[in-house]
Amino acid sequence: MISEDLNIAKKNATGSELPARNDNGPVQYVNELTTLNLGPTHPATHGIFQNILQMDGEKIVSGEQTIGYIHRAFEKIAERRPFYQITTLTDRMNYCSSPINNMGWHMTVEKLLGVDIPKRAQYIRVIMMELARLSDHLICNGILGVDTGAFTGFLYIYQERENIYDIYEEVCGARLTTNMGRIGGMERDLSPTAIRKIKELLVRFPKVLTEFENLFNRNRIFMDRVVNVGGITAERALSYGFTGPNLRAAGVDYDVRVMNPYSSYQDFEFDIPVGQSGDTYDRFMVRNEEMRQSLRIIQQAIDNLPEGPHYADAPQYYLPPKQEVYKNMEALIYHFKIVMGEIDAPVGEVYHAVEGGNGELGFYLISDGGRTPYRLHFRRPCFIYYQAYPEMCKGLTLSDAIVIMSSMNVIAGELDA
Amino acid sequence: MLTNEEVAQTIINQFGETVSDFDDPYDLLTFSTDRDHIVSVISYLKEHPVYKVGFLTDITAVHYPDSTGKEFCVVYHLHSLTNNFRLRIKVYLQADDVHVPTVIPLFAGANWMERETFDLFGIIFDGHPDLRRILNMEEMDYHPMLKQFPLEDDTRKDKIDALFGR
Repeated sequence: MISEDLNIAKKNATGSELPARNDNGPVQYVNELTTLNLGPTHPATHGIFQNILQMDGEKIVSGEQTIGYIHRAFEKIAERRPFYQITTLTDRMNYCSSPINNMGWHMTVEKLLGVDIPKRAQYIRVIMMELARLSDHLICNGILGVDTGAFTGFLYIYQERENIYDIYEEVCGARLTTNMGRIGGMERDLSPTAIRKIKELLVRFPKVLTEFENLFNRNRIFMDRVVNVGGITAERALSYGFTGPNLRAAGVDYDVRVMNPYSSYQDFEFDIPVGQSGDTYDRFMVRNEEMRQSLRIIQQAIDNLPEGPHYADAPQYYLPPKQEVYKNMEALIYHFKIVMGEIDAPVGEVYHAVEGGNGELGFYLISDGGRTPYRLHFRRPCFIYYQAYPEMCKGLTLSDAIVIMSSMNVIAGELDA
Repeated sequence: MLTNEEVAQTIINQFGETVSDFDDPYDLLTFSTDRDHIVSVISYLKEHPVYKVGFLTDITAVHYPDSTGKEFCVVYHLHSLTNNFRLRIKVYLQADDVHVPTVIPLFAGANWMERETFDLFGIIFDGHPDLRRILNMEEMDYHPMLKQFPLEDDTRKDKIDALFGR
């Protein structure tokens, strides 16, 4: 194909037909595919993973992914760590929405231990998880804009992500890998500053989001790049194990927050946005609308924040406040036992799922009563849906493939675990 | 709303002796079957007109080196989105015969889950079109999640299990 085109070009340029090269034998016209390496370290892959694409000119014929570049063996490491030390591993999976991972892990352990969490702690968790979803979707949609050539939106909304990180910092002291919350509740109550910052965000964020949507939603250039690009039918998406915004963009209204409510999600009123064709535009629109719904949830949670303690009455599992440890014998004993990992975990196996930034984040925990999990498996949504990528970009151009990848929100940390 | 007992009874009626160990830890229906029946059990549940267990949540494995004859356990998590019903199926395997049929014809997403399980545990999924390592490098000649591979350096005397537990 390529060589034929080239020949035509030569012919037109000189005005007469060029003689076939005969010094090294006749020219062979073979329909040859080009192998193109997209990644592992390419700015458009947003993480370290490789795609080996077979290209016919501009069109993608087939693709093969190589992943595992940042595999850190979290499941193996978790088998040597007491439960509370595993929280820091979960941070590093989907690092764009680490609080969701943290809370998901805490809830898994709480389910195993049978600890009931007070309403206030549950509401605080909901607020933090929804803030995490905001920052996750902001990054995904912002970067989709960058990949289609619109840098403005990305820079503009990054200020809001910064403000969300300020709230994390106020709540737990860290920004990216948050290690937020504890088994049994939150490590501290929401401070007045945190509440003020959340309320300010609720006022400011909708305006920013509207402006961001105005930049993109009906933008001709943007729509030409994303509409009908990388569509997937609901049937194929379910077969591939899609979850989260990518599945909802294909028209299936599956959301763990509604199907299996955890942490009092049943108390809040919110809608699940769904798309129709499952293409890049639908994924973009679903994420934008989910941000609005997240704001609704945060608004309801902050307005109706219940009074009461921010941790469960389970001293054998919840790390006591430090000032108690200095004065109180029991607190000292529990502190020592928890830090040394000597909590009495029951024998059992638990599967707990939360709605992560990009889908159903599941924790399959098997405890044999020891101080560490016998086996811990993470169901990482990215890992499962990323395998559909070659099918989604087959027959499209390279620039489409880049756009599809950013709209799928593949996070390398979660992909490899 | 389906109950665990109801679904369990239907599965027992259909498969009789080949399904066993029914349990519902933390309200999740769990049972075991053998590798000759795993595909038929899953496809029966998938095709069932009422249950419609059409979503494969996860495939993973567990290594139990001390339970002779049942050293490996392949765990399937399934989900019926229509009925909002989850269940877990286990297939126990012997250490010297770690073959189990693939479920890719039923769920395209099983591909990488099975590759990951092969990579980490060495479970061989018969019929898998491309059973290669996925997270670790090709040159690796062992399966790292097996319990005989300790995470800590054996020569470290300050981190021995006798003092600090596992």
